[in-house]
Amino acid sequence: MAAAEIGLNETPAKFVARDVFAWFGDKRVLHGINLDIAANRAIAIIGPSGCGKSTFIRCLNRMHELVPGARIEGQIRLDGIDVYDGGVDPVRLRRRVGMVFQKPNPFPSMSVRENVLAGLRLTGSVPRAGLDETLQKALIQAALWDEVKDRLGDPGISLSGGQQQRLCIARALAVDPDVLLMDEPCSALDPIATAKIEDLIHTLKQSYTIVIVTHSMQQAARVSDQTAFFLSGDLIEFDETNTIFTSPRDSRTEDYITGKFG
Amino acid sequence: MRRTGGNRVERAFELCCLAAVIVPLLFLAFLIGDVLIDAAGRMSWDFITGYPSRRAERAGILPALVGSLLLISLTALLALPVGVGAAIYLEEYGKRSKLAELIEINIANLAGVPSVIYGLLGLGLFVRSLGLGRSVLAGAATLSLLVLPIVILSSREALRTVPQALREACYALGSTRWQAIRRVVLPTALPGILTGAILSLSRAIGETAPLIVVGALTYVTFLPDGIDAPFTALPIQIFNWVSRPQREFLVNAAAGIVVLLVTMLLLNALAIFLRNRLQRRSA
Repeated sequence: MAAAEIGLNETPAKFVARDVFAWFGDKRVLHGINLDIAANRAIAIIGPSGCGKSTFIRCLNRMHELVPGARIEGQIRLDGIDVYDGGVDPVRLRRRVGMVFQKPNPFPSMSVRENVLAGLRLTGSVPRAGLDETLQKALIQAALWDEVKDRLGDPGISLSGGQQQRLCIARALAVDPDVLLMDEPCSALDPIATAKIEDLIHTLKQSYTIVIVTHSMQQAARVSDQTAFFLSGDLIEFDETNTIFTSPRDSRTEDYITGKFG
Repeated sequence: MRRTGGNRVERAFELCCLAAVIVPLLFLAFLIGDVLIDAAGRMSWDFITGYPSRRAERAGILPALVGSLLLISLTALLALPVGVGAAIYLEEYGKRSKLAELIEINIANLAGVPSVIYGLLGLGLFVRSLGLGRSVLAGAATLSLLVLPIVILSSREALRTVPQALREACYALGSTRWQAIRRVVLPTALPGILTGAILSLSRAIGETAPLIVVGALTYVTFLPDGIDAPFTALPIQIFNWVSRPQREFLVNAAAGIVVLLVTMLLLNALAIFLRNRLQRRSA
């Protein structure tokens, strides 16, 4: 069944969103989003505050439903399988779809090492052997290994803000997801730390599908292959990043990227 | 000109606050000094290891000391798991439910019930209905009920200070609610929870009224040999000595107060030491 559905679509997409509506209580914040996210690419989602871009990516890993009163309608398929199907365990889904948050949130009660391995520990799936390899691999992938290899036992919160955010990326990577969702990952960081994370995204998209929500149009232009522009809960335009920034089809997109509002 | 005025108000306020700290401390220091002077004659190893006697100079406090330590350990074993469990339910699971609201109102009310009422409850429930008799266990169960609201309220406060972002980070890593609570929320809240535990157990060790109602003895010449044994406790022993007509027993009471204070301070120090160690390991 999954294969047949993919056959109907032109390209095999990692995530397929169809008519996604989302609510907080009585307030509808997404009005029927249709979006295909291709594998091993970086997709940027831009738009003014409150346009639903964070809500949308939180629908992808079923974090939206954790907010009291929040609900969603429509279909989201990951590799052809409806993630809102009754048989899908959101806990398992979230192990395949990692997430990095706006503010770095390392666990304050854990060391650098424990933070990276937290995903394995939390879920009780700790293979005794290979932990050190997992630790090193995740930290290297997050471009943090050289800075912390001599202080793995230090508290995670003793690192600088930018390092903490890369620690959170390493933590997300250690559970070996397919997709990495990033919700304004640089908004709390200085330009140098931001540049490091952006470099990282370039490397990571070779192995992972990346969806990044950002307030910064420059960032979207720098890191993403494709860009989606959200406005008031609607997807206005979705295209190659180059096209969006050089010749947008919709006048609202043009107004936003040229700084006329937002 | 206005600047100076502002500074003067600022300074006056600071002095008021300082006075609010110093005045009660002076009273406390006076009290402790007075007790220490009274107790000076009786403070000896014999007093601590001795048994009660009709002659004041031979009376000791060992059964009461052992009784209090046993009582407080049992209270901790009973009240802390239940209290922390209730706080976890209310804060992590039951949020916004009607049941949780109802429980919350009740807990707030229970915290204000006088301790002698808890004593009567303990007498009816533990001593009589459950047939525990006038035992250490019945006393500890009663004290547990007494401190439970404090444990629950302070544990909830501690759980509430754990940022929502940490719970979200857990869920995003594919953890269940229970895994998040066990591995992240509880360890992060632990220092706060322990502070609440210290405060509530300090209150329990000084309680007299409920123990009298539950039936702690006042003249015990043996050590409790189990949790079902009859017992006495430090506050009861002190109360007993104070109410005797002979002046010499007042000296014993003063010495007993010193033992109670030192015991409480040592227990608090132990708890704070444990908390700091946990914090250092986890911070």
